[in-house]
This record gives sequence, structure tokens and C-alpha cells, in this order.
Amino acid sequence: MSAIRELERPAASAPAAGAKRQTPLWQTVGALLRKELLVELRTLESVPGMSLFALSTFVVFHFALNRASVEGEEAAGILWVTLLFAALLGVNRLFVADADQGGFDGFLLAPVERSALFLAKALTLLVYLLVLELVAVPAFALLLLGPAPWPALPGLIATLALADVGVAVIGTLVGALAVHTRARDLLGPLLALPLLVPIVIGASRATAPLLVEAHRSAPASKWLLTLGLYDLVFGLIAYAVFDFLLED
Amino acid sequence: MEATRALTAALELEGLTRRYGEREALSDVWLSLAAGQTLVVFGPNGAGKTTLLRVLATLLRPHAGRVRVLDCELPAQAWAVRGRVGVLAHEPLLYRELSARENLRFHARLHGVGAARVEELLDAVAMRERAREPLRTLSRGMVQRVAIARCVLHDPELLLLDEPYANLDPAAVELVQPLIGARVGGHPYTRVVCSHDPSGGLAQADVVLGLQAGRPVLARAASEVAPEEIAGLYR
Repeated sequence: MSAIRELERPAASAPAAGAKRQTPLWQTVGALLRKELLVELRTLESVPGMSLFALSTFVVFHFALNRASVEGEEAAGILWVTLLFAALLGVNRLFVADADQGGFDGFLLAPVERSALFLAKALTLLVYLLVLELVAVPAFALLLLGPAPWPALPGLIATLALADVGVAVIGTLVGALAVHTRARDLLGPLLALPLLVPIVIGASRATAPLLVEAHRSAPASKWLLTLGLYDLVFGLIAYAVFDFLLED
Repeated sequence: MEATRALTAALELEGLTRRYGEREALSDVWLSLAAGQTLVVFGPNGAGKTTLLRVLATLLRPHAGRVRVLDCELPAQAWAVRGRVGVLAHEPLLYRELSARENLRFHARLHGVGAARVEELLDAVAMRERAREPLRTLSRGMVQRVAIARCVLHDPELLLLDEPYANLDPAAVELVQPLIGARVGGHPYTRVVCSHDPSGGLAQADVVLGLQAGRPVLARAASEVAPEEIAGLYR
């Protein structure tokens, strides 16, 4: 990746004598990720909100459906729609501290690869989603899910991992785009939802056969493959355009 | 204009123009500043001082004209300038929830600077005793001292200082002088300072730039400028 980025520097930039050595990508990503998690630990602005939202939504579904339990497509739909909206809360907060406290400028003034910010933010969102799911999935199993969750776990973990990567990539891209606008709280979800719908479809279809009592089967590989391809395509798009989102 | 031209220029602006939408925030600015010199920029609020600093820091692109900073053409070679400038803006560019030490260590990692330099600067700005407290609990003057430490953390060649002594008491001003004041001996740096203090600003200037509504109305060697001319910019 670094080699590709170096080529983007203008060929005619030879006289840049005295230019400082660029900080290695992994070091920059590490510094940013550490800072992100430290700020979240201090403020508890994102993850507790996301988790509480998911728990509240399951409780609402529990009473609104007026049923003891759900399974199959219904269960998968409830799980993924709830996770999606909870994730949007995190996406909305992802760049707020940087925009409000000059973090973007501080980053842009350093001799670093700009894609490091994308990688660090996507990893941060991935960590948030992981914590969210550690809370939300057991709560879902307890409050709503009819069939026993244990046999479904391996397939569910694979589906969650693929979907989380997609949400993290798209969420980071959209968060960076929306944060500089006045209506960022509105624009973020409006931009993200259409892009995240294919992930919800793929993840729901992959999860549904896992959440049934009888004839339980592994997630359809075509949906896992679809999720993987979607992650790859958006990963490449994000890598290509993220630098421009930081440009003046 | 020729009076300000030097053989080794740290800054060269030729017709720099920068717009925000239709409005010209900077219009046709010409200037040259030699390495090691101090440029002091005067002008009322909204004159374009901060915009000028942001262009020089590579945070804003020039819309017209030629800009060379530390021998690099902007915006094409902006990547080569980053890491060589220290910016002290109105905002401290620090995270309120992190402590002074955590903020400085974060920036040190971005710049590839060791932790020892962080401790050295915490001592230099007399913030070691409060270094573990979140920034939001510190006074504005203390935050400014930490911001000054951040600004010089990577030993920049060019300092871009927007009202650097704002919020500082006289003792703190004296404390930070070795870090951002005119340097006598040691590794030299070039400075661009935005100021509203005619006599104080003039005393440290080699070159003076006066801006009004984005237009340069004064660009001369400081020795040729009277304090009354600077005061006139604000009338």
C-alpha cells in the first residue's frame, strides 16, 4: 500500500530537500487507534450508547411482537436491523472529537499517510461493534430467540465478522464525509443506510438458517461470499477516495 | 517588496489568492521571507491572517498565485512540508479528554518523536505536575502552554503562530520564550506570527505584513514601519 501511495507523489517533486521521513503506517495506525480507544474509555460516548440502544430495542420487540420467542428469518431480521441502527450511533460519533477539537488538523500536519486515519477509524469501529455484539447477541438469545443459540455460534461468528468489516468500512467512509457538514447527525445515517442495506440482506439471509429449531443448516456460502465481496469492493473504494475527503 | 526579498527564502508568495466561495479571504499577496527571519502579520479580525497561516501550513490550498514554503511548491509538494512546520492556532489541536502527557505522546508518535522529548517539553512549559490531568480540567493558559509544547515537539523549521501569547500571564510568556520566541543561537527557525499588538509585534519582526479584508496594505521590512502605520490598520 505504501508503495502505491508513494507513486501518487508528483514525479516533479525532487527538490523537496529536508522533507521529513514519513512515519511508518503501522506506527501511525497504532497511535491513532490507541488515542481513539483512550478517548472512548474516558468519555464512554459511543459503545455504552450503542449497547443500551440494542438492549432497549430487543425489549421493545419482545413486547411489541407479543410472543415468547422468534426464530428463522424473523429472528435474523430483528437481530440485524437492531445491530445496524446501533452501529449507526457509533458511526455518527466516530469523527466528532476530531472535527470539534482540531484532531484533523493535528493529523494532517504530521508526516503520515492519510490512509492511516481510515484504517485506524475502521478498526476503532470494528472494536465498538465487537463490544456491542458481545452484549447484544447474548441479550437477543435471552430475550427473543427461541432455538438454543449454541449450535448457531460458529456460523453466526463468521457472518458477524464479515458484516462487521463492511459496516466498519462504509461507516468510516460515510462518517468522514458527513462530519464536515452542518447536518452531520442527519446526513450520516441518510448516506449510510442505503449502502448498508446489502449487508443487512446478506447477513440476514446467511443467519436465518442458523436460527431455526428444526433442519438447522450452515449459512449459505453464497451470502457469505456476497458479504466478503461487498467488503472488498468498499474497502478498495474507501482506500481510493478517503484521502480526498480530508483534502481542503 | 524587494526590501523583503532574500537569497534563501523560507517563504515566497507571489500573488497568493484564497477564496471561501465567492469571497476572497486573501487577495494577491506578495512576500518573501528569508530563513531564520520573523514575519509578523497584523490586521483586524477577518483580515485573512488565519487563512494565510492555514495556507502556509498546507491545510488550505491556494486558489491562485505561487506559494513556496521551505523550498517546496504548494500544494504539489505539501507532503514534503508536513512535519517541518509547527502550528499554534486558535484551537490548541489537543483532545480535551486526554491529559497533557497523553496528547503530547500521541503527537510525538505521529511525528516519530521519542517520549523523552515529551517529558523535556512538559518541564519546559512547567506542566509536569499537571501532566496527568485531562485537558478539560486545566485553565486556558495551561492548555495554551501544552499547545505550544505540541507546536515545537518535532523541532520544526517554520513556526506558524496565531496570537501565541493569548491567555498567557507574564510569567508564562517568559516561560515559553525559549520555545517560540526569536531564537538567539541554537537551531534557527523561521517564524510567522499573527499579532494584534503593534509595539510588541513590531519589536520581534524582521518583516511586517498588514492585511485589510484579505488585501496586503503593508509589506515591508520592520525597520521601515512605524507603530502608527500598524495602528492605522485597525481604524
